[in-house]
Amino acid sequence: MTNSKTLKSLFKRYRRPGDIVFAWFCLICSVFLLSQIYDQTAYKAGAKLFAQPRFWPAVSLCLMTGFAVLHLLGSAFSQRIEGRWREVWLWVSSLEYAGWFMAYAFAVPYAGYLPTTILFAVLLALRVGYRSAKMLLAAAGSALFTVLLFKTLLKVNLPSGLIYEQLPDGLRQFMLTYF
Amino acid sequence: MENILAGAEMLARWDVIVALLIGSIGGVIIGAIPGVGPAVAIAILLPATFGLDPIVGLTMLLGIYGSSMYGGAIPAVLINTPGTAVNALTSYDGYPMTKNGEAHRAVSLSYSASFFGGIFGIVCLILLSPVLAIVAPMFGSREIFLAALLGIILVVLAHRGQIMAAGMLAMFGVFLQTIGLDAVTYTQRYTFSQSFLSSGINLIVVVLGLFALSQAFFLLTAPDSSPDAKPVTGKLGVGFKELMKHKRVATVASSFGVILGMIPGTGEFTAQFMSYTYAQKTSKEPEKFGKGSPEGLIASEAANNAVPAAAMIPLLALGIPGEALTAMMLSVFYVHNVIPGPQLFQNNIDLVYGLYFSLIALNVIVMVFLLFSTNLLTKIIRIPTRFLGVMILILSFVGVYSLRNSLTDVIISAVFGVFGLVLKRLNLPIVPIILGMVLGGIMETKLRSALPRLKSPMDMIDRPIAFIIFVLILLVIGLHIRTLVKEYRAYQPDEDHDLHDTQSR
Repeated sequence: MTNSKTLKSLFKRYRRPGDIVFAWFCLICSVFLLSQIYDQTAYKAGAKLFAQPRFWPAVSLCLMTGFAVLHLLGSAFSQRIEGRWREVWLWVSSLEYAGWFMAYAFAVPYAGYLPTTILFAVLLALRVGYRSAKMLLAAAGSALFTVLLFKTLLKVNLPSGLIYEQLPDGLRQFMLTYF
Repeated sequence: MENILAGAEMLARWDVIVALLIGSIGGVIIGAIPGVGPAVAIAILLPATFGLDPIVGLTMLLGIYGSSMYGGAIPAVLINTPGTAVNALTSYDGYPMTKNGEAHRAVSLSYSASFFGGIFGIVCLILLSPVLAIVAPMFGSREIFLAALLGIILVVLAHRGQIMAAGMLAMFGVFLQTIGLDAVTYTQRYTFSQSFLSSGINLIVVVLGLFALSQAFFLLTAPDSSPDAKPVTGKLGVGFKELMKHKRVATVASSFGVILGMIPGTGEFTAQFMSYTYAQKTSKEPEKFGKGSPEGLIASEAANNAVPAAAMIPLLALGIPGEALTAMMLSVFYVHNVIPGPQLFQNNIDLVYGLYFSLIALNVIVMVFLLFSTNLLTKIIRIPTRFLGVMILILSFVGVYSLRNSLTDVIISAVFGVFGLVLKRLNLPIVPIILGMVLGGIMETKLRSALPRLKSPMDMIDRPIAFIIFVLILLVIGLHIRTLVKEYRAYQPDEDHDLHDTQSR
């Protein structure tokens, strides 16, 4: 009994809501990756241990799993703060914004950098709750500034957009180069 | 002397001057906005700098790195919200001073302390250069391997109260860099037969996801807020006079910044806490700390601003980054085929001097800029947080997509963005992942190249420097265990759990 108490206090730490879910997730991922070590890495006969292609994945995954176990223990022995699933739901809800970001990236090569960026900025500003014309204009203006800075001025390697191909001759080249 | 002139000449180019201006002024603005730290800005700008000359790209990033903490002090003092994570302690004494009607005094004092710390760090870097040029070539593969190992251990141990999580995440970083085709044996490692994984996971994609996208997701999923800072009236240069009354605290704090900045994995946090504790213990009015002590403010600001110059020491001399921002800068060196490390001092010493001069210039530019535009910055602070989130997403796209126009990179960075958000929400550290990736790569390469000369494991430490680093590793682990045992026996009270709240700003 005393021993288990000592062990518990050794691992005790501050934890935020959802901590144990993350700790379990990390442990499961680590164990899964470690279980794949023979399939996913090779062993070169005759080569020294430190030069084996398997060496560093094995070292990192073994230690990662060990730390994940200890992290989980720490979580289990620490005082729980209410709100676990509310927190996990917030993590899941962030996927929506990841989706927005990916949709934006998918659209640029087709709809063009300038129109997509302005549209994305205004739509996302609406989505996060801004309704005033001032904020929407600020979003569009900032998007325009970003395009002018990075694509027009700094000529950063960004796609032009298939939609520009439909434009009349003179304008097409201009848009393809600068926007 | 010739090299010094060549270094100065590097700076006398219009593109370098523009980069320096953009970097330093941009850095102050970014630092002043709570919610966007220098890590977010550097992550976004990294790919854009690849097309520029090394000195141009590096001065811009260095400008952001060195100046963000100046800006970060403004909201820390005025609204009790540090602009960057490393200004956390500034708010302990800065905000009470504002509440006592001494906002002007607090802001000007923090500027002067920052300037003092910044210049002190650079002077140390310049004075240490000849030593570095002698010592650095003594570092062979084994020494660099051991130094990187020491770096990883320190990164993990520096996260007190979160060591298990930091260890797990650092090892995750080491694992990430092993994914892909092994460069020596040409065998696949953890590619799961997916062709996009064969070339490995790009560090910059991970950096952008973990720092920039996660911050955008963090701001977008949290309630909207718009910090309100009141303008400051009066001359801001008066802080220098007061600083001179506390020369001892400023010098010791800057020295802590320099020493801890040089040690990988420790950096601004530890420097700040140690110098703050020192200032409090040696003060005639220790009871004033936390209630508006000028000494506390000086200790905090001088220490954190001395770190950037010092952090360049292991980066330039050994090619070993000590924290996330220098790890990001390392990739700029690599892209331009300038490999930091012992040879840099022999082959590109002009670049090294150029960087020193740019560090001095950025401190002067920032100081002049702040003396005239602090009140403008108090208005910029008011940008609503969700709007910032939208802008970070738009800017992150530039960073991720311009790298190699790959949608796969976009998806990978989005995944890391969500992962980073979870870490930020749980107040777990992100930096160990990045340092794990960079230092893990260095360790693998250096251990391999050291192998032909190793007949027994003892050969690893049979050279003086290798032996010293090995002893240091043992010492660090031993001291840590000793502290743990002591604390455990003494039943220390709960620590400040937000000590490592590095991610949410």
